[in-house]
Amino acid sequence: MTPAIKIILLAALVIGAIGLIAAVILHFVSKAFKVIEDPRIDEVAEHLPGANCGGCGFAGCRALAEAIVKANSLEGRRCPAGGDMAAIANVMGLEAGESEPMVAVVRCNGTPENAPAKVNYDSLPSCQFASSVYAGASACPFGCLGCGDCVNACKFDAIHIDPTTKLPVVDEAKCVGCGACAKTCPRKVIELRYKGKLGRRVFVSCVNKEKGAVARKNCAAACIGCGKCAKACPFEAITVVDSVAYIDFTKCKSCRKCFAECPTGAIHAVNFPPKKEQAEQAAANATENIPSNENENK
Amino acid sequence: MKTFRLGGIHPEENKLAKKVVVENFPIPQQATVFLSQHLGAPATAIVQKGDKVKVGQLIGKAEAFICANVHSPVSGTVAKIEPVADFMGYKKPAIVIDVEGDEWDESIDTTPDLKEEITLTKQEIIDRMKACGIVGLGGACFPTHVKYMVPPDKKVDYIIVNAAECEPYITVDYRMMLERAEEVMVGIEAMLIASSAPQALIGVEANKPDAFTHLTEVAQKHPKIKVVKLKTKYPQGAEKQLINALVGRNVPNGKLPIEVGCIVNNIATTYAIYEAVQKNKPIIENFMTVSGKSVKEPRNFRVRIGTCINDILNTVGIPEDTGKIISGGPMMGKAMSNLNAYTVKGMSSLLIMNEKESTRGEVYECLRCGKCVHACPMGLEPYMLFAFADAQRLEDCEKYGIMNCIECGSCSFSCPANRPLIDMIRVGKNKTGAMIRARK
Repeated sequence: MTPAIKIILLAALVIGAIGLIAAVILHFVSKAFKVIEDPRIDEVAEHLPGANCGGCGFAGCRALAEAIVKANSLEGRRCPAGGDMAAIANVMGLEAGESEPMVAVVRCNGTPENAPAKVNYDSLPSCQFASSVYAGASACPFGCLGCGDCVNACKFDAIHIDPTTKLPVVDEAKCVGCGACAKTCPRKVIELRYKGKLGRRVFVSCVNKEKGAVARKNCAAACIGCGKCAKACPFEAITVVDSVAYIDFTKCKSCRKCFAECPTGAIHAVNFPPKKEQAEQAAANATENIPSNENENK
Repeated sequence: MKTFRLGGIHPEENKLAKKVVVENFPIPQQATVFLSQHLGAPATAIVQKGDKVKVGQLIGKAEAFICANVHSPVSGTVAKIEPVADFMGYKKPAIVIDVEGDEWDESIDTTPDLKEEITLTKQEIIDRMKACGIVGLGGACFPTHVKYMVPPDKKVDYIIVNAAECEPYITVDYRMMLERAEEVMVGIEAMLIASSAPQALIGVEANKPDAFTHLTEVAQKHPKIKVVKLKTKYPQGAEKQLINALVGRNVPNGKLPIEVGCIVNNIATTYAIYEAVQKNKPIIENFMTVSGKSVKEPRNFRVRIGTCINDILNTVGIPEDTGKIISGGPMMGKAMSNLNAYTVKGMSSLLIMNEKESTRGEVYECLRCGKCVHACPMGLEPYMLFAFADAQRLEDCEKYGIMNCIECGSCSFSCPANRPLIDMIRVGKNKTGAMIRARK
């Protein structure tokens, strides 16, 4: 044997021996320190969207999967963002139960037309900062500031600022109801509400708690707290607190009696088919009007 | 000449109303007095609709620890107590008084004579500060009596009087030094008694040589008081910077000046203390500069609290090319969105900026030039804090000291890319503060 071959053989033997010893140690260590993970966690996580939006209240999708498996129950542990709850229930051997799909609703009607701007804001495009330096362009201290913190918070590209109304518009097809926008809004203008049958829902598009005359001064479409809607509602779904009406979406049956009563147009009813005479008019204007995704029956 | 160690900038001084003597602004027809004119909890109204009040009568009582009394600045009848919009447009509880005549409360000495001899004891002076609703008139409006409640394990070595007036445009403190130096000295003597401190230092910037000379002359009668000339640099009037400049001590992060044996008060506050201690007069007036490049005649006023800001502005005239009207100085003041608001304690200036001055430049990407780092008087890295605050990395914000930011605006001022550094840092600071509080 030449010396070179000797060296190569020796090296191979030494490395091989170290490898063997390490393998034996690792074998026993892995037995001694074995982490037993429920295989169902991976299976559950597979049925979740993986966007880690946090809409469920947990840190991310995997955290929700772990919580479901650990508690062995789906109670209060639902993915609002399009996770396949039926498949998860199947994995866990549980009942999926029913859950009403939710959607983010912007409750402000302060368009430049309704609430003309009195001052200009030229600083940082951040609602949180804007809210710390002024009450708003229209002087309404409750309404949308329009800087788009909600747009930045949305992980699903489902909310955008409309350039003409200067208000956020929710894309219902994309919104999963995780509530990230509602959480970030410093004015609490955005609310999660039941999506409703065929997307039809009725809500008060104003959160201004000022007295009617004051609110009306800054915004033509403000809720003035007159209470006509509450009187009209056959289901006791409407309450008026602090001069602003609120429609409880768990009680609302979308009858639209309140919508007809509202003197300022603060109540919005969306995705309803237009009434006959309005439909004719709409057909006549169809060439001029570009349909918006929040079809307001005005 | 002394100055603070780190950072600082040199904005254009523009002390336009320098030569204008302080005038009394007419008493308004109706005064709107906010119940929260200070840092801390709002005061509680102790009058009712229809009550007759006199000038200097207590109308809002301080009930929390950090809170200040509110007094009626006028005599007349309480018209209503309701929320009124402040200069930002937010509604705050206020007492509206219809003015009738000018009848003062009997306990107040209304004579203009100088009263030099202090008869009150240490505790009586502190109680008087509290009773008269004295707050820090440098801008923060922190209740002054709280500053003088020194913890038993601490000792006050220095009373530091901020007469730097480093904000551009504002000239009321300068006028105070020229017109009311004797009273200010007596006020400082009272502060020395209240704090048991052996000496007081008054810091005056070198751009006010006549004020420095005048104060030095007057101070000769008061051996404990020394006037110190400081190199002109913004933000010299900030508490921590002023202590560093005058006595070379550094206030630890997150601590108060008392930690290094100092109590800092603005010169306007010392005058208010003089009036409270010697004349039993609460804070019912403001010294205010109304200035701006396009203003024909910049003026200094002594205004009753609760006067409508619009009335004051109309007296000097709002020029046509006005872009923004700012409450406070151009560096730390806030642009007002509601001019139908009312003056409050600590409002020291109304600055009218023209369209050109007030327009923000086009914002570019950060050049990493480090000018903001160089300018920061707290030794922070503003460009970094901006990035962290923008990315919501609050843990990093905390690590890089966002909570130490004094919001002086030197970073935004020095940025060649016009980045709104201070605005974003304020957002980050708010969020980081909330995060830290939630941890406790």
